[in-house]
Amino acid sequence: MEKTTDISRLKEIARQIRIDILESTFAAGSGHPGGSMSAVEVIVALYWSEMNHRPDEPHWPDRDRFVLSKGHACPVLYAALARAGYFAVKELKNLRKLGSFLQGHTDMLKTPGVDFSAGSLGMGLSFANGVALAARLDKKDYRTYVMLGDGEVQEGQIWEAAMTAPHRKLDNVCAILDYNKLQIDGFNKDIKGLEPIDEKWAAFGWHVIRIDGHDFEAIFKALDSARTTKGKPTIIIADTLKGKGVSFMENQAGFHGRCLKPDEMEKAREELKEVLK
Amino acid sequence: MPETAATRDAYGKTLERMGERYPEIVALDADLSESTRTIWFAKKFPERFFQMGIAEQDMIATAAGLASAGKVPFASSFAIFASRAWEQVRNLLCRAEINVNLCLTHTGISVGEDGASAQALEDIAAFRVLPNMRIIVPADDIETVGVIEFLAADRNGPTYVRLGRSKTPRIHAQDYKFVFGKASVPREGKDIAIIACGVMVGKAMEATEILAAEGIEARVINMSTIKPIDADTIIAASKEIGKIVTAEEHSIIGGLGGAVAEVLAENAPCSMKRVGTRDTFGESGTPDELLEKYGLQPHHIAAAAKSLL
Ligand SMILES: Cc1ncc(C[n+]2csc(CCOP(=O)(O)OP(=O)(O)O)c2C)c(N)n1
Ligand SMILES: [Mg+2]
Repeated sequence: MEKTTDISRLKEIARQIRIDILESTFAAGSGHPGGSMSAVEVIVALYWSEMNHRPDEPHWPDRDRFVLSKGHACPVLYAALARAGYFAVKELKNLRKLGSFLQGHTDMLKTPGVDFSAGSLGMGLSFANGVALAARLDKKDYRTYVMLGDGEVQEGQIWEAAMTAPHRKLDNVCAILDYNKLQIDGFNKDIKGLEPIDEKWAAFGWHVIRIDGHDFEAIFKALDSARTTKGKPTIIIADTLKGKGVSFMENQAGFHGRCLKPDEMEKAREELKEVLK
Repeated sequence: MPETAATRDAYGKTLERMGERYPEIVALDADLSESTRTIWFAKKFPERFFQMGIAEQDMIATAAGLASAGKVPFASSFAIFASRAWEQVRNLLCRAEINVNLCLTHTGISVGEDGASAQALEDIAAFRVLPNMRIIVPADDIETVGVIEFLAADRNGPTYVRLGRSKTPRIHAQDYKFVFGKASVPREGKDIAIIACGVMVGKAMEATEILAAEGIEARVINMSTIKPIDADTIIAASKEIGKIVTAEEHSIIGGLGGAVAEVLAENAPCSMKRVGTRDTFGESGTPDELLEKYGLQPHHIAAAAKSLL
């Protein structure tokens, strides 16, 4: 598949994927666009540059793994997998439909390229650690990337796993926190605040990097740093905007779990005619 | 007196032996490796053993990750503590059909002095309802060896293996062959069928002696695979004998008794009694005292059998 670090090309791919997210959830009549839009740049950077993977061989044993722990954001993953060539782009319109291999939350048995069945929050980091332990036992150098939601890290199991990875010096694990500050019922800070989040992960023994999660150059730098940091796992805390890319969706809890209405979809299509600055 | 042994000991020894045969086997524990006997595997294969600390949810999801990357994990804790990760078992192991072997110990009231918090009496029910889950309850140490050998080679889990803490009588001869999904019949009889699992198979065998003294010949069926259940053997017992007692060291709700009742009600209804704990928690005491107080001794099984005649 096409691999690139050309920023203007990546921005174009990101623009296309944002449209896919909105069109697929619109066609489904439901789904989770908000937390999909916030994760676009990180996922594009992973699939178009960082990760070793083979769209024509999804189960290639030496592939880098991507564990989308916040499984409700699958529209962004499905769009990325389709655009990367795992399956036809036209399948995206079958999202959430009966019999489709694009389930409402990820299903590793059904979707080519999906490495983890999510939907219930809090389990992905443990799973990623398990994959990384297997890689180490097999003396393989594939890496495991795991994306967490900010609301998701209120789950206790995240912190169990956050203790496991540094204890076992899993430098082949790279977590990315999609820090869009919103969950379902509102802002993290009003529900159960996470701050000081950098210090929490650092205190658990992680190499912590804080970046603008919509800035490709910052993402690449962080991924480089994660890959070259030895002896401990890295977490990239990516400051993002929920609903990023469509003005009326940005920073709105309301678009966590509902698709656009026809008039909103029209407006969004207009806004997404140009790549983001 | 027959020889006695604990199923957890047989698990620990067989896991260690299977570890030699299959390099892809790994083990995980949550700070109970001494009690669950995974410590023997840990000592022999330190780099393939993962001590996860007191974090059962993390342990089970980490095992899932290991399995997804080609390992064959055996994860252990006390059954009740691993049960807190029921939803990880459901949404990860079962939904994604991930081959993790949950070998959980300290089941039933015979845990003894530790009391109600450690005595799992609901675990069969809680796991039986899950699609893709397999449940095996070995009756003695010999059968446990067969179960662990089977699971080490067969990779079609997830599977829950229900193991006990205390030494219990050996039922099977050395040459016994465990067959997954197939009940065995350690004793034939024509007057009543006792379908039991785990340590209650031994209790059922003792009950047959009480019954035989009164001229009643009981068939004992060892239903060591609870899921998928051997419906043919249950239906045959109903058709041939027509009177069935179930015996389990578990609640009468949703466990072996529930599973047998489901098969009978739809296929071959007959009169039936369930021996098990009766919708209650346990308490502290010696295993024998507790088995007596909670109605799980041979004479309780014999009384249930006679009530059907
Ligand atoms: C264990 C669990 N509890 C509750 C939910 C319901 N739920 C789905 S998404 C969500 C909010 C997630 O917020 P966050 O992790 O911040 O995701 P993002 O903002 O990136 O969409 C909740 C509560 C769930 N899926 N899993
Ligand atoms: Mg969020």
